[in-house]
Amino acid sequence: MSTTTLTGTIALLGLILRRNRIWILIWVASIALLVLLTAVGVAGLFPTQASIDEAAAATQNNAAAIAFNGPAQGLDTLGGEVAFQVDAMGLVIVSLMSLFTVGRLTRGEEEAGRLELVRSLPVGVHAPTVAALITVAAMNVVVGALTFLALVAAGLPTTGSLVVGGSYAAVGIFFAGVALVAAQVTENTRTVYGSGVAVVGLAYLVRAVGDVGDGTLSWLSPIGLAQKARPYADERWWPLLPLLAAAVALIAVASRLAAKRDHGAGLVSPRPGPATAAPSLGHPFGLAIRLQRGTLLGWGAAVLVVGIAYGWIAPTIDSFVANNPTMAKFMASAGAGSLTDTYFATAFRIMALIASGFAIQSALRLRGEESALRAEPLLAAPVSRWRWAASHLVIALAGSLALLAVAGLATGLSYAIAGGPWSSVPRLLAAALVYAPAMWLLTALAVIIFGLAPRWVDAIWAILAGCFIVALLGVVLGLPDWVQQLSPFDHIPALPAARLDVLPLALLTLLAAVIVLGGLVGLRRRDIG
Amino acid sequence: MNIRVPMPRNAAAPIAVSGLIKNFGSTRALDGLDLKVEAGEVHGFLGPNGAGKTTTIRVLLGLLRADAGSASLLGGDPWRDAVELHRRIAYVPGEVSLWPTLSGGEIIDLLGRIRGDLDKSRRDELLERFELDPTKRARTYSKGNKQKVALVAALASNAELLILDEPTSGLDPLMEAVFQDCIHEVRAQGRTVLLSSHILGEVEALCDRVSIIRLGRTVQSGTLQEMRHLTRTSIKAELRGSADGLETLPGVHGLEIRDSQVRFEVDSSQLDAAIRRLAEIGVKSLESHPPTLEELFLSHYGDELANEPGRML
Repeated sequence: MSTTTLTGTIALLGLILRRNRIWILIWVASIALLVLLTAVGVAGLFPTQASIDEAAAATQNNAAAIAFNGPAQGLDTLGGEVAFQVDAMGLVIVSLMSLFTVGRLTRGEEEAGRLELVRSLPVGVHAPTVAALITVAAMNVVVGALTFLALVAAGLPTTGSLVVGGSYAAVGIFFAGVALVAAQVTENTRTVYGSGVAVVGLAYLVRAVGDVGDGTLSWLSPIGLAQKARPYADERWWPLLPLLAAAVALIAVASRLAAKRDHGAGLVSPRPGPATAAPSLGHPFGLAIRLQRGTLLGWGAAVLVVGIAYGWIAPTIDSFVANNPTMAKFMASAGAGSLTDTYFATAFRIMALIASGFAIQSALRLRGEESALRAEPLLAAPVSRWRWAASHLVIALAGSLALLAVAGLATGLSYAIAGGPWSSVPRLLAAALVYAPAMWLLTALAVIIFGLAPRWVDAIWAILAGCFIVALLGVVLGLPDWVQQLSPFDHIPALPAARLDVLPLALLTLLAAVIVLGGLVGLRRRDIG
Repeated sequence: MNIRVPMPRNAAAPIAVSGLIKNFGSTRALDGLDLKVEAGEVHGFLGPNGAGKTTTIRVLLGLLRADAGSASLLGGDPWRDAVELHRRIAYVPGEVSLWPTLSGGEIIDLLGRIRGDLDKSRRDELLERFELDPTKRARTYSKGNKQKVALVAALASNAELLILDEPTSGLDPLMEAVFQDCIHEVRAQGRTVLLSSHILGEVEALCDRVSIIRLGRTVQSGTLQEMRHLTRTSIKAELRGSADGLETLPGVHGLEIRDSQVRFEVDSSQLDAAIRRLAEIGVKSLESHPPTLEELFLSHYGDELANEPGRML
């Protein structure tokens, strides 16, 4: 790479920072804040060494908790407990930050046609990509540094905190490499995000299966590898080195691939399409299905894999309780139902939150189509606004229900095949489906923002993030009840551990219907464009 | 002189807009705009960028709600009766945005079926005339080809009113000719066209009447002939005698005298007197041409354009 291929990098860096400062600020600040609040929250939960020891004894062999959080290491220290709560989740969020930022800055700019204008200037061939990578690398370094400072500020040991911060940065940079390769292969930014999220999900699952077993498999996962650096538990730095080496290798591969392709194109060139439309493509709903089916299938595959993994791990939890009479007695006395049922309840809440991503994305297609001026040809044809909106909303609402069904069936069947009772299949299906009203309420909120204040639709993602935080960290952060109850997911009975209560489900559904209606009325009254 | 046979007066004008006002925040996009398009005519809709042409069209399509004034489309209310009215119109947007993963053929069929009047043989004929490959994904079409997709979809319909917003800005001259043929055919069938355009030659070749707008207001509307009467004719002549006295004639502008050659422009209402004076002096040769649409256009916007170099036609 000669220096002329980098001409203009600094100027482009300035442009990126100018255009993305809010994006960058939100990601970096919210990750640092999440770490800080978790650390302070955990410290508040366990004020004495005795309470830490008690918690450690309860989680030491708790396969369910390990499946969600990571290996049980250093749990007899406050640092170990904090890392157990925040490490896996933080690593996933940092990975997503890198993925979305790289996609947005590289293929996103290229697809929008803006990069073409930049490339016509006296700017080196590699300058736009290098400027994007510098930005993402810097974001990761800052996230790592702030994480370190937050943990130290919460009173945790320096070395362990440094390892957590370092592992965040290393995993983030690794996924920047993954995203950059994906951005060369496909010409569609959406596909870059989809395939990148699939790799993050796979990394999380491989780690879960590995950690529940003897931990060998976890070495194959970038997230598992980061946790092998053992923060607050005899730290070691070397597991982070392969991550950085892999990141460099991925960037090199991306650079090779970039040299082979034309501007605007991917490596896979699109096939010609049909000269005439199939009969199904004759109305707005047919179009909406055609536009969304790829997305729905992608989410379906993701939920399927997650369900299979959660179901597969479940028998380990049964045996953990069976081999541990004290634990069994404790669980029974706490009236929490069986540990396995609690595990499934948590698993479905997480899967429902994940699947809500589809519901929101699908409903926001409306805004995407409108902004891209693709609503116009339909609305200038004899298609009412409601009919156009319904074409996408039906897919959002029914598709999210279908995803829950896939999650329930995949988990139940996988559990049964792995040794669980077959009777659990319908039980787990029901446990998954009860989350539909909560997902519909989030969809409804997206619709009403779209109808009344379309410029602000992306705020719905912040609402989803809030629901995630309440579900995963609500107790740890010591959030007051009324804050936790703001999340619709908090009102869903935690089947199969809890009893089915129809009333909250009916109320959430009704509320969702009213809000959707409000959004549609707003849509009918406002300007399009 | 209007060469069109007047249409029966019982039907409402396809487009009747009066005193239309539309604000976007603190910007006033339309400021009392008037526009009347009669049945069976091709109506040119002219104005510089940002004058409000697209905003007017979007109000007529029921996509935007006007703040004041009235607009009627095919006798109905464009906002309230949108769905019913849209069965009778076809629209080509100024900025054609297509579904990137669908092929051009799929998009043409989809729009035709939604309108409910897809004519398969007409569609295939238009694809051939516009030399458009319907199997390519919309993502891979150039700007001109995207416009062809929208044009084929609109022209393949039986809509009684075509609303075309700068439909040929990306077409090459050959395709421009095909487009003009198609519009002549549409007019021969007695259908109505509103053609917003920057290509003045195209408007001159196609349009019966023209409305020129500026800053959200209609500045002039009428047939090209009528408009020409309001402006100046260019004269270039070689004289036998001295050009004395020409400069004192009323309505003469920009007189240039070089030996026996004179050039000037004269207000069309004063043309008579100028020609009489030239005849008295004696004329060896005479060229005169009526103002082109471009000159008409510049006479309305010349000052503004000179003062705002960033603003282009």
